[in-house]
Parts: sequence; structure tokens; C-alpha cells
Amino acid sequence: MILAIASGKGGTGKTTLSTNLASYISEKQKVTLADLDVEEPNSGLFLDVEKDLEKDMFKKIPEWKESECILCGKCQEWCKFNCIQVLGDEVMIFPEFCHTCHMCVDLCPGSALSFKDVRMGRLSKSHKGNLTFVESRLNIGEEQAVSLISQTIDYTENYADEDELIIVDAPPGAACPVMEVVDKSDFVILVTEPTPFGLNDLKIAVETMRVLNREFAVVINRYGIGNDDVISYCKAENIDILAKINNDRKLAELYSKGNLLYKHSENLREQLDLIIEKLHLLK
Amino acid sequence: MKIAFTSKGNSWSSEMDPRFGRAEYIFVYDEESKKIEVVENEGISQVEHGAGPRTAKLVFDINPDIIITGNGPGGNALRVLEKADIKMFTGASEMSLEEAYKKYQNNELTIFE
Repeated sequence: MILAIASGKGGTGKTTLSTNLASYISEKQKVTLADLDVEEPNSGLFLDVEKDLEKDMFKKIPEWKESECILCGKCQEWCKFNCIQVLGDEVMIFPEFCHTCHMCVDLCPGSALSFKDVRMGRLSKSHKGNLTFVESRLNIGEEQAVSLISQTIDYTENYADEDELIIVDAPPGAACPVMEVVDKSDFVILVTEPTPFGLNDLKIAVETMRVLNREFAVVINRYGIGNDDVISYCKAENIDILAKINNDRKLAELYSKGNLLYKHSENLREQLDLIIEKLHLLK
Repeated sequence: MKIAFTSKGNSWSSEMDPRFGRAEYIFVYDEESKKIEVVENEGISQVEHGAGPRTAKLVFDINPDIIITGNGPGGNALRVLEKADIKMFTGASEMSLEEAYKKYQNNELTIFE
């Protein structure tokens, strides 16, 4: 099972929940955590893990072979991202726009386009006890996160045991990178905070889940600040609130020093237990 | 000389569009024949990625000798324009096409190199 931890708003506590839930579960059974926020991965900062391997990750971009090209212009017409332009008798490719959708290469009538591998980032795998941690890091200047996210999920699924719980820390927002994560997950926890800003972005995230037809529930972090509007909204929309993690300055201080929090907070352990119980995360 | 302008409208009195990639229209004036041709940069506001190369391709096919614009192209559009050997003048923003043309004639625009 892949359990995604996502949110509309950034900074609501995705990484806090991901790292603490995964570490807490690893005290009892095997679990894998994958940090899919490849543009700014930070789960690793909280985990005292030992690195097993690191490897380069590649994206495929089209390459033009002049001798095979009949200059039909179909590739330019098809490409939704304006990555290919036919200029006179030359085809010019703009790799940074390429989403590796395969259309141009697969459908080129003259076999003039083939893929070449371009390095886009680096994946690492590490472990501590029962916890496996996978992280991918996008190269600086690389625009397309989706392909790296997708490959990282595939890698993690292949590596993990068939019945192993995989928790994935999603990127913030509701755009393509998040949708890729959600699309490949079985269940999504949306972390929010009980503020107007939190509610606004939660609504956007909920809409995304509904478009993608994915099962989800909410966890409220920093419970006690702001107002009750998030709770009223969830009630009105029939959205399950799995847990409410108290706002606690002590925890914020521990977090800022890179510590896991569940060992220091009974409330957090109780809330993690609620999540584990409601989602049947333990075997 | 065939001169292209990035424009927000389809006449000499229209305002210059300072953006290259997202220019709404390409207004083309042929100094020899005195003919005007206006090409709409169709659907460009809906384009999320690659507006630069796409507009550059449009200009490439129009094949002017000179293009007059405001801010100048980004790196990707430039790759296309370099292929076409089109001379570019920048600095023509917040003015009408007519004014931009006068400035060009008086050598008051910056040549983009």
C-alpha cells in the first residue's frame, strides 16, 4: 500500500507527519518512507539513517536524426509543450520543455526521433532498522520533476516487499508533481492547519483528490491555533479527520533542530496511533 | 527591408507588446512594397510552456529582416532567431508601433546582440 502525505499549503507538516509516522511504525514492522518532494527533499534531515546506495537518474528526451526526417512537421504539431520546432529544413529541440510523453518518438512516421538519456537527478536509499528511506533530488536548473517522481515511486515499489507499507512525502501544492504522487498512491492524507490560509489551500487539495478520484482524509496539525472553520468544512463535506496534532512550541523547537518528535510528545503518539488504527497500517 | 513588430493590436496606432514570446500579434511592414501583414500569435495566452520557441518559429516563418520588440527574447527564442539571421532591436515598449518605427529610423533603439 502506498500512503501519500500531501497538502495544498506548504509548511503544514507533511514532513513532520511522514518522518514521525514512518519511524514510529518502524518500531513494530518494516516500512519504507520515500521523499518525493524532489525539488527540496528534507525528510532525510530528521532520520538518522545509513546510506546503502546512490545512483543517477535520467530523463528521456528526443534526439533528431536528420537523415531519417521527412520534415512532415507532425512532431511540432503534436507536442503540447512546444518542445519541437521545425525551422526550414531543420528540427530544433528544446529539452527543458520536454515532459517525456513519448508521443513524438513513438509516432514519428520517418523514425527520425529517438530517445537519449539526460541526467536529471540522483536517488539514494538508506535504512535504519526496519525503516527504509528513499530520496530523490532533482538537479539544479531541471524544470521537470514529474519524471523523477514517477521513477522514484517505481523504484520504491520494486524494492519494497509486496505487502510492505510505503509512506510517501509529497511535494506541496496541487500541480503536476503532486498529481503524479496522488495518482500512484492508494490513499492520501491531507495535512492542514486550522487557519484561513490552511483552509483555502485544503479546499484546492480536496478538489484535486476528487478530480483524481482518490480516497483521502485530513490530519489537522498545529491544532489549537486559528479557528474551527477547517473542522466545519470537513464536516460539511463529509471528510474524515483522522487526527489533530496539538500546536506545541516545544515540538517546533525540537523540529527546528532536526529531531523526530513522537518520542517527546504523548499527544503526537496518540494521534499517530489513531491514524495507524483508522487506516489499518499495522499488519 | 521587411520589419516585424511585437504588437498588442493590428494597426500603426496599436501599442507595442514589450514581450517577445507572449506577443499578441506580429505586425509586419514591408518598406519596399509598403504592404502590411498582421499575424495573430494564436492561442499564445493558453500556452504554458515554450511560448518563446513557438513565437520565434512564427517569426522564423514570416522571415523578416528585422524584428522590433520591447524586452528582447529569452534564450530559447534566441536560438531560433540566430538560425534565421534576423536582426533584433529592443527598447520599444510603452509606445505605439508608429513611434517605434520612427525611433528605429532615427537609430534610437538598441540593437540586440
